[in-house]
Amino acid sequence: MGTTQILFWFLSILAILGAILVVTSKNPVHSVLWLIVVFVAISGHYILLNAQFLAIVNLIVYAGAIMVLFLFVFMLMNLNSDTEPQKNRWLKIAGVVTGGALLLVLVAALKEADLKTQVAEMGRGDIGLINNLGMVLFHDYVVPFEISSVLFLSAMVGVVVIGRKTPEERTGAIGDQKYGG
Amino acid sequence: MPINYYIFLAVALFCIGVAGVLTRRNAIIIFMCIELMLNAVNLLLVAFSKMHYHALSAGAPNPNAGIDGQLFVFFIMVVAAAEVSVGLAIIVMMYRNTHSVDVNFLNRLKH
Repeated sequence: MGTTQILFWFLSILAILGAILVVTSKNPVHSVLWLIVVFVAISGHYILLNAQFLAIVNLIVYAGAIMVLFLFVFMLMNLNSDTEPQKNRWLKIAGVVTGGALLLVLVAALKEADLKTQVAEMGRGDIGLINNLGMVLFHDYVVPFEISSVLFLSAMVGVVVIGRKTPEERTGAIGDQKYGG
Repeated sequence: MPINYYIFLAVALFCIGVAGVLTRRNAIIIFMCIELMLNAVNLLLVAFSKMHYHALSAGAPNPNAGIDGQLFVFFIMVVAAAEVSVGLAIIVMMYRNTHSVDVNFLNRLKH
């Protein structure tokens, strides 16, 4: 059992443990921190597969930007563990049973698949390097790349439109300031 | 590493995400479980990309075999970033209106 295997099992156990703790944590901030652990473990898997560009992008975009956004929203809302009412016990059991049934079906379907001889190459191969990815991205995938910029622009405009206060709220806030102060 | 291990790891992460979406009531935690499912699929795409590279470049070396999987992961990350920003804006809006992020309060449409 070489170093690569040991790292693979360590990162896999870390990812699954972190994912379970994301779902089961009572405090939402702890969930965010465990999700960061999962993302770091998945980035480690990318490095083991020699997909270095995706590993760095995963760390920057997911663990860096998106999780900070989640943390900011939690801090702004001032949520704590008793915000979420623990209502229906049977609904939770039904959800866990449904997820377990999906897992069972997928594992049973894929267990006998003819993939025993296929191997994911680890630590070698240079298709994950930014040189090759960039060449293919700007030759074959340049139209989807440009369209994704339009998607980002529309998402930005959409966020501003959704997050804007309505005129009634704005006049209400000004009125509060006037009469309160 | 045989591809089976990656398939089962990704399936396990995806099913944990599904169970989280079905059990939790907090809208932001549901959103985080969706991110978890997206990342499970990303991991599987990268593993398949390396598998195809290994299989296709066995005879003649093919430098770009299986590179499409990694570009798909890149585009999934792009779409996920846009999705997270819009989704969090919707959740903040919902919190401003109902003073809660419990998805059980969002059933007014059915009455």
